[in-house]
Amino acid sequence: MLLKKKDFFFNLQNFTINFGPQHPAAHGVLRLILELDGEIIVRADPHIGLLHRGTEKLIEYKNYLQALPYFDRLDYVSMMSQEHTYSLAVEKLIGLKIPRRAQIIRVLFCEITRILNHLLAVGCHAMDVGAMTPFLWSFEEREKLMEFYERVSGARMHSSYIRPGGVSLDLPIGLLDDIYIFTRQFGYRLDEIEEMLTNNRIWKERLVNIGVISSEHSIDWGFSGVMLRGSGLPWDLRKSTPYEIYSELNFNIPVGVNGDCYDRYLIRIEEMRQSLLIITQCLNLISSGPIKTINSEFVSPSRFDLKNSMESVIQHFKFFTENIVVPFGETYCSTEAPKGEFGVYLISNNTEKPYRCKIKAPGFGHLQALNAMSMGHMIADVVTIIGTQDIVFGEIDR
Amino acid sequence: MYKTFEHLLPLLLKQNKNNEIYLIIEPGYLLFVLTFLKKHYNFRFNLLSYIAGVDLMNSSYRFCVVYDLLSVKYNFRIKVKVFLSEITSIVSSVSVFINANWWEREIWDMFGIYFEEHPDLRRILTDYGFEGYPLRKDFPLSGYLELFYNEQKKQIVVESLELTQDFRFFNFEVPW
Repeated sequence: MLLKKKDFFFNLQNFTINFGPQHPAAHGVLRLILELDGEIIVRADPHIGLLHRGTEKLIEYKNYLQALPYFDRLDYVSMMSQEHTYSLAVEKLIGLKIPRRAQIIRVLFCEITRILNHLLAVGCHAMDVGAMTPFLWSFEEREKLMEFYERVSGARMHSSYIRPGGVSLDLPIGLLDDIYIFTRQFGYRLDEIEEMLTNNRIWKERLVNIGVISSEHSIDWGFSGVMLRGSGLPWDLRKSTPYEIYSELNFNIPVGVNGDCYDRYLIRIEEMRQSLLIITQCLNLISSGPIKTINSEFVSPSRFDLKNSMESVIQHFKFFTENIVVPFGETYCSTEAPKGEFGVYLISNNTEKPYRCKIKAPGFGHLQALNAMSMGHMIADVVTIIGTQDIVFGEIDR
Repeated sequence: MYKTFEHLLPLLLKQNKNNEIYLIIEPGYLLFVLTFLKKHYNFRFNLLSYIAGVDLMNSSYRFCVVYDLLSVKYNFRIKVKVFLSEITSIVSSVSVFINANWWEREIWDMFGIYFEEHPDLRRILTDYGFEGYPLRKDFPLSGYLELFYNEQKKQIVVESLELTQDFRFFNFEVPW
């Protein structure tokens, strides 16, 4: 048989596969259209919106108090940080000052939330990459933290505890002691997780030099939080625009050097240690006092007042039916949520319902860089990059 | 430093609300203003935090698009506002900020504001084949369609929405 010249040229086509939406490593409902050249990613096109619930639209039809629980359900692993941002935005529009005890409780629980989130992020990231044990250990610790949530608000996850004007309930007796006991042992649990991962050869082979993003590119892509700090930018809203009592607290911001997945893993671990430090400081700083603002127009009256004065009963009824009227105004309020800068752009129109509530989710900005970050990597590295971005679809799809 | 804004930029208005600065500009100057704020040595607003769309139902302009810029160097935030009518489009800012891509897709999806020269203007959050713009104020909260599993056909069917009870909207405009 005679070979002709055209037999040596094949028409090669890239292979397109559909990753998700039901994939254990997709962290929820991510549908990725991957264009592959062999095993190498040529293009990754995320299709999002499978968990879109129309939160922003729903909030426009709810009053300010009813809108609060939607924030728990955005990023469902860092619940209280988001309530906190929303509460800060409402307080900024009204011009409320909240008492010091409430501020300390808020910071305490925001940092508990940060540990809660990073434990899941590191644990699930490790499991996606192939290490099962840290996942189980981190979920054991998460269970303890969710117990604190439950004791303070009655719900393990969707707490709606931090509310405009303060926090909803005072701390139960003995909770601070138990948080102290937790802080005493949690460092060792982190050491154990680090022992499994930090110098693990497989873990390093999968993470080092994967998903590298330079500091200029991370700014171009509008990153925030760990993604920005991983690239070497010391940017943290707790330091740059301190809210609550963060300006009094003593903590450091870990910053990466190479901007790869391994640096971001190390930053998450170190941030948990810093959060532990903040929690310890909060436990020392906390003092007795009111947990809601004294401006009784904007908060529900206490049970004691409710049983003793008619005005409080009226105020209670008005508060839970009409809720507060926020004067004309607009504001953007952002805080350092565990995943990055979580912001609420709130427009009020002198009624009891927000006119517009734009939610700036950090994950949305991170996910759109997935194509740029995963290009040229292997298909297995996409899983690592999704893990390092700490994708949670509740906040991205909103 | 920020006092020089008025002289350097074609502003319609500069507002200060709650210590946040809002620059209101003509849509035609958008790219110029964004590029200026991003590149100018004294401002360095090089991080686009988000783009928000707002539906202003009963005002002379139907929509408002808000660009939130962050200067990491100077630790300062600024918002650029553009007002649009229902039929005008706006030029895409992807050429200045690459991460504007998804934020603009989201606004196109939610409000139906068209972005000229956008590289990839598809819907992003709503379902494939969705019609209408959900965040517009005249779009009903319950939507138009409902989707459920039909046992006879053994598949998911889409039908127009039927509510057993009318949607109730409590308005406390006349409190007791």
